[in-house]
Amino acid sequence: MDEIAYGVFVTVSLALATLPVGLFIGFLIALGKQSPERSLRLAADIYTTIFRGLPELLTLFLVFYGAQIGIQQVVRLFNPSAAIEVNSFVSGMIALGVVFSSYASEVFLSAFRAIPQGQYEGGYAIGLSKFQTMRLVVLPQLVRIALPGLANLWLILLKDTSLVSAIGLTDILRQSGVAARVTKQAFLFFGLATLIYLALAILSSIGIGLIERRVGKQEAQR
Amino acid sequence: MSSIDPTAGEVMRPPLPERGWPRQRIIGYILVALWTLALLGLVAYLVSAWKPDMFWRYAPGYVSGVWITIKLVAISVVIGALLSVPVAYGRMSHNPVISALAYAYVYFFRGTPLLAQAFLVYYGFGSFRPQLDAIGLWSFFRDAFNCALFAFSLNTAAYQAEILRGAIESVPKGQWEGAASLGLQRLVTLRKVILPQALIVALRPYGNELILMVKGSAIVAIITVYDLMGITRLTYSRTFDFQSYLWAAIIYLLIVETLRHGIDWIERRITRHLKR
Repeated sequence: MDEIAYGVFVTVSLALATLPVGLFIGFLIALGKQSPERSLRLAADIYTTIFRGLPELLTLFLVFYGAQIGIQQVVRLFNPSAAIEVNSFVSGMIALGVVFSSYASEVFLSAFRAIPQGQYEGGYAIGLSKFQTMRLVVLPQLVRIALPGLANLWLILLKDTSLVSAIGLTDILRQSGVAARVTKQAFLFFGLATLIYLALAILSSIGIGLIERRVGKQEAQR
Repeated sequence: MSSIDPTAGEVMRPPLPERGWPRQRIIGYILVALWTLALLGLVAYLVSAWKPDMFWRYAPGYVSGVWITIKLVAISVVIGALLSVPVAYGRMSHNPVISALAYAYVYFFRGTPLLAQAFLVYYGFGSFRPQLDAIGLWSFFRDAFNCALFAFSLNTAAYQAEILRGAIESVPKGQWEGAASLGLQRLVTLRKVILPQALIVALRPYGNELILMVKGSAIVAIITVYDLMGITRLTYSRTFDFQSYLWAAIIYLLIVETLRHGIDWIERRITRHLKR
């Protein structure tokens, strides 16, 4: 039982650790996609095409084994006998973050398009710099528009964390798999695992509802 | 005096692209160059790592893997489509019990990871072996492929039910009322008036669901089905050659991009009457 609780901890912390990474990269990619510069748009489009087209599991393996081989070869240059284990938590974070960011960039992009040009012009007219306009004028509105889409992505991310059990991270699914093998009560423990995921999803929906209400309140006050 | 506005000829033109080397262009060129390098590096690696004997040994496996992936996705999407009709009907039903049941079904399958569902079926149903034996279903659930098919069908049925419901509800109520005032029965209305309009709305989500299923099908490798991902893992565990994963990535990208462009084409084709 303790072990499954630890699995819940790993799953939740992985999802929480991935979220800022994915949001940040996704925001940058969205900026690239709406830039007037064609080469920047092309580079951003290649990124999303690749990471939305690959299965998440394959991305995970590519990162996990690819990083392992890559780092090993670099290390071998200095120390031929070194054997490196790549941290599966970090690989999971990178792979899920990359996938999350490519979906998030689409959400951000459509939110960007919903903000009228006049908001930028108004920001420049009162003497704000480009960065300040982005931070003080555009971003607060952007967050509000993008929130439902991002909430959806968060739920998907939460479910995708189950894949890291395949590279040996002790998340909910792996821990319940171990428990199932020890006790021979597979249905009970995998059923428990799905219920835990369900509970996490319900909890997040409640949390998202709270955040949405808060953000909506700011809107009403203005 | 001419009544024509002299400024009418001056159309607002979009600003010309900036000349020279603004910062965005420099970053953009560097990033595109990096992608090109990565692609060239990938090609160079695959060429340098090319071993004919290995190719002939493992290529047939990859072909059968792709076939299993396609078979799994196709069958489960079709079964899911059939199952989704009653579920969508239940979701739209005014009977609170039926609609609660349908909602619980959809919530369960959309709220839990597909991998956990597959584990639940593949390992979990083993707990009920005596009961399953008694009704003669054990031989069905003994096979990992069938278990994956079972879990995938139920999973995609939940997603497709939501797509169907959303599409049907996107058709304005006046269409139902108009058909009713023409004396059409409900079923005829649904088939001839509502569905043709709803399916245009539903096409894109259906396409996305199909792509998600292709990508999601990779997880069956973990429950020992030798689909494309399973074959890849097998090949890697035998050869420790990283290119096995790269080939899988290329094949998956090809499948997904083909599907995406196919769906785009179909959508352009069936919405021709809406374009001006």
